[in-house]
Amino acid sequence: MADIVEVRWHGRGGQGAKTAALLLAEAASEAGLHVQGFPEYGPERMGAPVLAFNRFSDEPITLHSHVAEPSVVAVLDPTLIRDQGVVAGIKDGGALVVNTPVPPGDMRRRLGLEARKDLRVATVDASVIALRTIGQAIPNTPMMGAVIKVTGLLEFDQFIEVTEKLLAQKFKGRRELVAGNLEAIKAAYGEVDEG
Amino acid sequence: MAQTETKAGRFTARGPKGRPAGRVALTGNEAVALAMRQIEPDVVAAYPITPQTDIVQYFSSFVADGRVATEFVTVESEHSAMSATVGAAAAGARAMTATSANGLALMWEVLYIAAGSRLPIVMPVVNRALSAPINIHCDHSDAMGARDSAWIQLWSEDAQEAYDNVIQAVRIAEHPDVHLPVMVCLDGFIISHALMNLEVLPDEVVKDFVGSYRPDSSLLDPERPITVGPLDLYDFYFEHKRQQAEAMRAAAPVIREVAEDYETVSGRRYGDFDAYRLEDAHTAVVVLGSAAGTARFVVDELRRDGRRVGLLKPRVFRPFPGLELADALAGLDAVAVLDRSDSFSTMGGPLFAETRAALYQRAVGRANRKDSGPSSGSGPGNGRPLPITVNFIYGLGGRDIDPGDMRAVFSRLARVVETGDTGDVVNYLGVRE
Repeated sequence: MADIVEVRWHGRGGQGAKTAALLLAEAASEAGLHVQGFPEYGPERMGAPVLAFNRFSDEPITLHSHVAEPSVVAVLDPTLIRDQGVVAGIKDGGALVVNTPVPPGDMRRRLGLEARKDLRVATVDASVIALRTIGQAIPNTPMMGAVIKVTGLLEFDQFIEVTEKLLAQKFKGRRELVAGNLEAIKAAYGEVDEG
Repeated sequence: MAQTETKAGRFTARGPKGRPAGRVALTGNEAVALAMRQIEPDVVAAYPITPQTDIVQYFSSFVADGRVATEFVTVESEHSAMSATVGAAAAGARAMTATSANGLALMWEVLYIAAGSRLPIVMPVVNRALSAPINIHCDHSDAMGARDSAWIQLWSEDAQEAYDNVIQAVRIAEHPDVHLPVMVCLDGFIISHALMNLEVLPDEVVKDFVGSYRPDSSLLDPERPITVGPLDLYDFYFEHKRQQAEAMRAAAPVIREVAEDYETVSGRRYGDFDAYRLEDAHTAVVVLGSAAGTARFVVDELRRDGRRVGLLKPRVFRPFPGLELADALAGLDAVAVLDRSDSFSTMGGPLFAETRAALYQRAVGRANRKDSGPSSGSGPGNGRPLPITVNFIYGLGGRDIDPGDMRAVFSRLARVVETGDTGDVVNYLGVRE
């Protein structure tokens, strides 16, 4: 049986964690993988912590439970790292990608992961990238680029190609938004730092 | 393509070829709305806000964009949604609606009118909890409450099966031997709001499969005037109910026939239930809906450890394929039936009660051929010992059921077999006690 790669997204209501999970799933599906993308639906409030999940596999995925032991954790809001939930259940050899200007070594200490040499910690200033490229500090699309870089889930060129198509559908031809988001993804892909 | 080791795990790096044609990624709601667009019913009546789902929201945009010629009727409540659907169906239209949870509960009175008037309405039901306390998450109490309303019930494990069931439901409902409404159940949020892959059919294949609907009689046929829903007292009411029971019995072979036809156009095979790795199993779980997918994952995992475990997932719950199901379970040592609703009978959930009743009927061997369908009295279950059965109520109000929970159920079954001690028959899985 093929491996299932599981991703858990941590964000705050309004940062687009759900959109990131669904868009990444759609992109991976277009690229030929079997996918799942789903948010955790709690009370939906701007600023409240939210979770979203992905599964990716070469084979059809029949699991329909929450992702409890992700191999990849993406954190859209650095204030969420105070909550130990972001490292909960992460698989041996897994990776965390955090939206923060803090270098990965510092972030590893703040996460209390100095002893977990098996885990990779990567950081990217996704909010600043989003401000620069899209004009709004919504970090979800640049974080997709960072996750692609860190995981090697899809070939980057192909990811960009399918994501451009999906963004064009999503933004219904508002070209500046499509271009800004693509720019953000490419910038984060280039700037994500694994230390 | 060769498998390569990536940083994320063992994975096939994807070339430019991409996904196979026909395979898409949709939420369960989008998949059902797509099936409805392809069916293009004459009338869809719906209450457009919570507790409705976005199935009708998507469908309303197909109407607004001119992609379907369906008459879309927005109404002021779910009671009215079903009433308008009944009116349209009685007038001879192919009519659909969709609902969920408390919306289905509010339709209650009219569900019986739809079935008693023998109207072939198709309705996707996104299974969610009933209040109180207020909860919007997955739970089967809504549809299970409607199990005696004479609606056919098809249940779906994932978006693929929901899509496929909706298309098949049209043919089943409208079959002249049946003429009963059909509910297509899919799990709230877990399937309805989760994006996943499925294979979809071209529009023309679906249109050709469902064909056009020409009822033998309708209110708008002045050549052959009829009455729908008249007063029907002790002189004929009972006969009409007896005919409804006969229609439900007749539905069983029709459901199989439609599934065979559907296999020829889709390549996907559906039975009354899916018996997964059951042939040589010692223990198994019986479960509806998305949790069956999680059980399938755990069955595969335990099989790799040499444990002889299996899964039985009913797709058709009304009519209940009880004796066939009992035959499939005969010879196993122990079976756990999982219910995502409680009947509060204190004797277990609805799926458990019916499974155990079917096993008992098989055990006593007095199944009457006329009452019990062609396989009764002669099935392979005869002479084979029947399993010990236990019930687990799980997942109420969207409580997650994960592989660990499923493993715990199989461990419990192994203990039952080992010790011969059934223990508590009715159990609650994953709850704080």
